Parts: sequence; C-alpha cells; structure tokens
Amino acid sequence: MKLNLNGKDIEVPAEAAEKRLVEFLREDLDLTGAKNACDIGACGACTILVDEEPLKICVKRVKDVAGHRVLTIEGMAAEDGTLHPLQQAFVEAGAIQCGFCTPGMVLTAHAFLLKHPDPTRDEIRRAISRNLCRCTGYQQIIDAIERAAPFYRETNIHEHTAATPR
Amino acid sequence: MKPMVPKSWRNDAVAKVTGRTKYTDDLKFANLLHAAPVYSDFVHARINSIETAGAEKYPGVVRVITARDVPGANRVGQIRKDYRIFADDKIRYNGDVVALVVAESRDIAIRASRLVRVEAIPLPALLDPEEALQDKVLIHEDLYTNLVVTHKVRRGDVDEGFRKADLVIEEDFRTQFVEHAYMETEAAVCVPRSDGVTEVYGSMQHPFSTRRFVAACLGTPLGRVEVVGTPLGGGFGGKDDTAAIVCARTALAARLLNRPVKTMYRRDWSIRESYKRHPYHIHYKMGLTRDGLITAVQCRMLADAGAYCSVTPWVTWRSTVQCCGPYLVDNVHCDVLGVYTNNVVTGAMRGFGSPQVNFAIEQLVEIAAAKLGLSGIEFRRRNMVRQGCLTITGQRLDGHKVAMGEVLDAVLKETDYERNLGRCAFGKSDSDEWYGIGLAMSYRGVSLGAEGADLCAAAIDVQPDGSILLDVGVHENGQGLESAMSILCAGELGVDLRHIHYRRASTSSIPDSGTTVASRGTIMGGGAVLLAARDLKDKISAAVAEKLRCEPAQVRFAHGRVEGRDSSDSLSFDEAIREMWQARLVPRGFGVFRSPKVTWNDESGQGDAYFTWVYGCQAVELTVNRKTGKVRLLRAVAAHDVGRAVNPEMVKGQFYGGMAMSTGYALHEEVGMKDGKIATTNLNTYRIPRSTDLPEMTAIIVENPDPASPSGAKSIGEPTNEILAPAIANAIYNATGRRHFSLPIRTTSP
Ligand code: FES
Ligand code: FES
Repeated sequence: MKLNLNGKDIEVPAEAAEKRLVEFLREDLDLTGAKNACDIGACGACTILVDEEPLKICVKRVKDVAGHRVLTIEGMAAEDGTLHPLQQAFVEAGAIQCGFCTPGMVLTAHAFLLKHPDPTRDEIRRAISRNLCRCTGYQQIIDAIERAAPFYRETNIHEHTAATPR
Repeated sequence: MKPMVPKSWRNDAVAKVTGRTKYTDDLKFANLLHAAPVYSDFVHARINSIETAGAEKYPGVVRVITARDVPGANRVGQIRKDYRIFADDKIRYNGDVVALVVAESRDIAIRASRLVRVEAIPLPALLDPEEALQDKVLIHEDLYTNLVVTHKVRRGDVDEGFRKADLVIEEDFRTQFVEHAYMETEAAVCVPRSDGVTEVYGSMQHPFSTRRFVAACLGTPLGRVEVVGTPLGGGFGGKDDTAAIVCARTALAARLLNRPVKTMYRRDWSIRESYKRHPYHIHYKMGLTRDGLITAVQCRMLADAGAYCSVTPWVTWRSTVQCCGPYLVDNVHCDVLGVYTNNVVTGAMRGFGSPQVNFAIEQLVEIAAAKLGLSGIEFRRRNMVRQGCLTITGQRLDGHKVAMGEVLDAVLKETDYERNLGRCAFGKSDSDEWYGIGLAMSYRGVSLGAEGADLCAAAIDVQPDGSILLDVGVHENGQGLESAMSILCAGELGVDLRHIHYRRASTSSIPDSGTTVASRGTIMGGGAVLLAARDLKDKISAAVAEKLRCEPAQVRFAHGRVEGRDSSDSLSFDEAIREMWQARLVPRGFGVFRSPKVTWNDESGQGDAYFTWVYGCQAVELTVNRKTGKVRLLRAVAAHDVGRAVNPEMVKGQFYGGMAMSTGYALHEEVGMKDGKIATTNLNTYRIPRSTDLPEMTAIIVENPDPASPSGAKSIGEPTNEILAPAIANAIYNATGRRHFSLPIRTTSP
C-alpha cells in the first residue's frame, strides 16, 4: 500500500491497513502533531488534509487514505524550518495559547484558503466551526487567517508547502 | 526599560504551530507500559470486594492495582485529605476509580478493564444538596456531617437595614455543573529512575501539588519525586486534584513494575472523573431606598461540592467575600455553604466562585434599578466601590486605583450603550429579531487572598557567554506565562529577549511556589522575576563598578549594556558577565516574592481579604428570534484594568478566551446528570462554543500599574470569565422582557 505523506511517497505495510489512522501517524511514524482529543470526530484536533480536504482521522483507518496525498502539520513548514505564511500569521496574530487545537486549525484554514483566498470574516468563522478551541475564543485565529489570505491570492500556493511534490 | 518585544511574542509559538511541541501523550519511552482506570456502575455504595483476577489473566496485562497496593496514603487532598486515589471503603460518586489496569498496550488495558468486578451494597444516593444538608445519610461517615464548610459575612445590622428600606426585593438563582473541556485530556507518564527518583511528566497545572500527591501515595519524601513541567493543552483550573491523582496512580504503577508507564485519558473518562464548576443555589434579599441606595443584603448560597472536598472551602470563600458584587452595602448578612453529595466532584475552575455570584447579583441590580425607575447604569454608579471606600468585609480600597468607573465608562463609550439601550425590544417589537444590549461588571480580589500563604520564587542563572536561564516557580498553563516572565526579565536586565531561555520547570530546581491558580501567575511570578533580576544586577554592579569608575548603585542596565555614570564607561552585558566569571563570581540572581499580608476573621466575615483588586466590565449586543427563541450574539466588548499589560496580544487572548467560555456558561454548557451519572461524556453532547456561536469581540486594556505588584501587572485570566453570562442575561431581558434565573439560559419560547 502506498501513500504520499508530506510530499514523499511512502510504502505502508499491509498489516497497518486496519490501524486507526491517528494511531498510525502518532505511534508508528511519530508524527504527533495530530492530536486525539475526543476519538469520535467531534473536535477537529486530529485534522489532517487528504488531497487538500480536511479529514478527522480519529475515526479513519489507514486504508482510507491509501493512494492519496496526505498533509500533516509536520509538512507545512519548509524543510529548512521556515514557517509557512499561514503559520507565521498564527504566530503574529497571537492565535496560539495552549496550542492543542493549533495543528488541526492551521490545516483546516489552509484547505479553506486554497479554495477561498478572499474570504470575509464570517466565511472564515464558518470554515473553522468544526474545529474546537477552548482557549482563544477564535478571535485571533480568525485574525490570523484573514492576515494570511493575501498570500493565497498572490502566490501559486503549490510552491510553498514543504509537502507538495515538486 | 521596556524591552523591544515584537507585537505578539511567545517563546513556544513556533513549536506549537509546527506541531513539534511534545505534550504528555506525545512522549515516548522504551519499554513503556500503558494503564487504564476502572470505574464501577455505582453512585453511592459500600464496597465488599474488587475482583481483579479476570483482568489479570487477560493476555498482555501486567498488573491490576487497587487501594491495597498503595504503600503510602490512599487519601489525599489540598485542604482535607478525603480524596481517594483508589476507592477503598465506598464508592462516593460514579467517577470513583476502583482499580488501574496496566498492560503492554493501551488497547489491552482498556479491554481488560471491563473484566474487573466490583461487588458493593448500594446506598441511597444524595444528589440534592438541600437533602444532603439534613445528614440523614452520610457520605463521609468519619466526618459526622455532609457539610463541607460554611463562610459568612456579618456587617452592620440587616434588620435595621431592611427597616430603612423603601423597597425590598427577593430572588432565587441557580447555576449548573460545568466541565472545563480543556482540549487535552488528563495524561501522565512516569519513569522510575535508577537513583530512586520517580520522574513525572503530566498534563497538570500544578507541579508542586502534583508532587505532594505523588509522594504521599508512594510514601516517599518529596525529594524523591521530580515533576517536570510539561506543555499543557489547557487547564482553566481543572488540572489540579484529578490530574495530580492520575499522575499518582501512574507513578505507583511505574514504581511497582519498575518500568515507565503512561496513562492517557479518554474523553469520557475525563468528563466522568474530573471535577467540575460548582452548581450554586443562591437566594438574595435586597433592601433599597427610593433614591437608589442599597440598605441591606441578605443572602444564602449553597454550593454542591460533590463527593470530595477538593478546594470547595476556597471557592466558596471567594463567593463570600464578593457576595455583594462591586457594591457598597452597610448591612450584610451572608451565609455560604458547601455540602458533600454523591454528584461529580466540584473544584477549581476559572472564575472560582465568582461567575455564580455575578450571574445573580448583576441581574439583581438591574431588577432593583427597574423597580426604582432608574437606569441600571445610574443605579450602579450610586452604589459601586470607589477610591478609599470600605468594602463589605471592611477593607479600605486604597493603595491602588479603584478603576470601577473607568472600565464602566470605557465599555459604555465603546458600545454607545445609552443610545443602544433605547433600541431594545423588551419583547414589544413587531420585528422577528428582538434586539437587546446588556452589561455586567465586577471587582475581584487578586491571587489567593486569605485562602492561603502566597509566595513565589525565581532564579536567573547567567551562563559564561551571557545567555540567561530563567526558572520561575509558576507553571505555563497555555496562557503565555513563560513569555510574560521572559519579557519582564529582559526588560529589567536591559537585554534582548533572545538572551533569555525559559527553563523547563521542574520541582527539583526551584522552591515550592504554590500553584498557578487564582490568576496569580503574572503578579506572583512577575514579582519574583523582578526581585531575582534586581538581585542579579546588584551582584553584577558590585563586580564591575570599579571598572566602570562609579559606585555600584550608579551602574545602569540598558540596551544590552552595563554602564557607569558616564556612558563612555560601559561594557556589553556579555563582557560584564565574563568579568564576573573571571573573578570567580557566579552571576546568579534569586528572588522570592511574598504577597502583602491579608487578614480574615471567620466569625465576623470581616478582613482585608485580598492585597489588591481588579476591575472589569463587559457588554454584549444580541438578538433573540421572536418565534424560535434563538439567541444570536452580535458583539461583545470588555474592559479590564490589568495593572500593566506585559504582553498585550496575550492579554487580549485572555479576554477573548474568557468571554468565549462565559458564553458557553450562559447559553450552551451543562453537564447532564442522570441519577448521579454523567450523560454528556464527550464533546458532541457537552457543547462548548464553536466559532459560529461567538460574536466579534473587542478588548479594551486599561492600565493602572499597581504599587502592590513589583511589575505593576495584576491579573486577567479569571476576571474575563466571570461577567459575560450576566451581561447576556441582561441583554436577553432587554430584548425579550423576560428574566432568566438559571443557567444555562433557555430561550426557546420567549
Ligand atoms: S480527535 Fe478526532 S475529531 Fe476529536
Ligand atoms: S489554543 Fe488551546 S485549544 Fe486552542
């Protein structure tokens, strides 16, 4: 079984097919950016992107993403560690408190901005409504997404995540 | 000097936004075992036996641990040692843990946990606090009563006060159980070290109180337990007793099996077992004169403490001190009671005994004003605390700016309140969306007050190359405390922030500095950091004064330099440090901040309860749909006097987060209880606010640096989370003409 993970093709052993995806990433691959906070698809802390669509992986199996392009938070920044402009916006807007929701939030916002690079605040609010955050009241998260939007308008985004195959 | 700080700065932001931050469950150790708690079906029962053989035989299970295996104390607590690490004699609530299954994998531990059998004789469950007060059934027999605590305020003569009144009003209010719903559930990893120390990593707010719990359970000295501060996925007051007990059980397993053990809580365990915000039943009677002055307040509050004491005496004490809100009343008779029940345990939660009281009193003043034909604002102005006044506990408010009027004015102006009040529907408009605006305000005692002794330590160690290690006894809960401490340190030493590295906190490297609760982090930690920095500067000054051709007292620290009287005599900070090391002097600063004295008399309920106070006001605009009753929040505005905003963007984050949580308190959140069992055990049924439930929010930071705080900063974490619920209730009244006396507010057919 193959999948493209953060820009690299990887081979997944067949016996991992039935594993829960969140455990596979966190335990087997040590990609612990995706969090498991509810286990039932209710909070968004485990969100990753599959073919640029947000997916809550606590309720998915490894085989569900076989053959697809998977982006986790670990694949957002450039290889040299330079933050993606969206991540930079989160830092600058004060959108991070405890940080537990942050990976899922950033990825959900990334998928949204790829499709809607010129959103209103209300549209942003709706776009992240399935990702829960208990710390921030979402205000500065929305600020961050708004702040990052021009980048998505101006740039061919596919050149900018470390994860995209080039 | 104010350091050069980027607009928003956090020492941990980059690690968090890249997913690299390692929270407890992200930590891995070789040979790691996994543990799962076992609950019983009972709510109140006497235990006959706990049958573990079935689980022990399950392949992959290493051991099943019960109360019998605890070498030290099985009963722990910060105030009263009644909290069981494992249920021993009785089940007192449905979240009591009877055993811990330890296995080679988490899945195995969970599966085997179903094989543990508890035999017990059911006892009548006390679920109603009033009934529990009658002591017909006892929850802790050894205490001879279910009463946990009573506090009172006795001031003046209420009978006389009511005689003088032209109008007397009486109302009843009720509030609900609330779950903290931190996004990260409880977790612990404990590692038995070969030197006999048990290392604890955990999702907990209070390394020192966790260490006390763990050491007590293991029966070892404090020095044999090292609790390492671990990035925390939210706390809000909720990661104290329960989180510490999760650490204690895990540590016990690690010690017994001599292998690292991890316990990672499932959400349903977390909601079932962890303590909640206290539900209150509050009765108020208020006497008023025709010209709008309060002559007397009589009140009784009954708080449901659940099965164990936790910090109920402290929570209810704050309710007592602040029982009249920010208003001046000469005659007060207040009784606050906490009582054991067989409901889920209640304890600390952001706001700590204030949100309940404010929900009541901030509606009561509006009810009073309306009956007197006054505006709520005018009524508040006539009665609110002011500079130099005496509070209801006889404390003179001076020595700091009493900013009640200032924050009120800021909110009125920002919301155009008076004009918008004229637009309110009061249930009498033909439009489908009834508009309402409402506000609420509070004052709040800072830090622990007379609840406990308060000190905090900080150490600054400058390395030979001039880089700085900062270690402070307060804990990062996600609020940005490490960043605030680093900014204060850099500012005082006149060095760039990049010089400073905040040390990963450990209970083995810094004196016990109590807990990061009561919004005390910035004021206590900041005080300690500044004292440590001054201590360090004294040492550096003494060492380099001669070289700088001045007296030590004349040495100045700014812009990364250490200067004499004349700035031509100067060294870079790094050079000054090198000089010290060459002279075999260690550049180490140490500081202990002790909060100023507070006093309290239990009999009269009088005293200087807190060493300083903060002032806040919040308003909300909303609409209520005439047909469906659906509430839509349009905008929320808050003004708080924070003393000094050390890191303004983070301070704003506290505003927004607190207001969001209050919105949940007002409109959505309630731990559903059925026959003593929690029905809402995950985030699909326990509904915290989503982005679409919240309005745009405006944060107005008011700064009146406080002389009682070395940094000038006071606190902000909790004040933001204690008044939006009554503001919403008032706005809903102004929209619909209907009062809501219990939480959460249900408007579905106004
Ligand atoms: S952990 Fe997957 S949605 Fe909550
Ligand atoms: S920052 Fe803590 S949950 Fe979002």
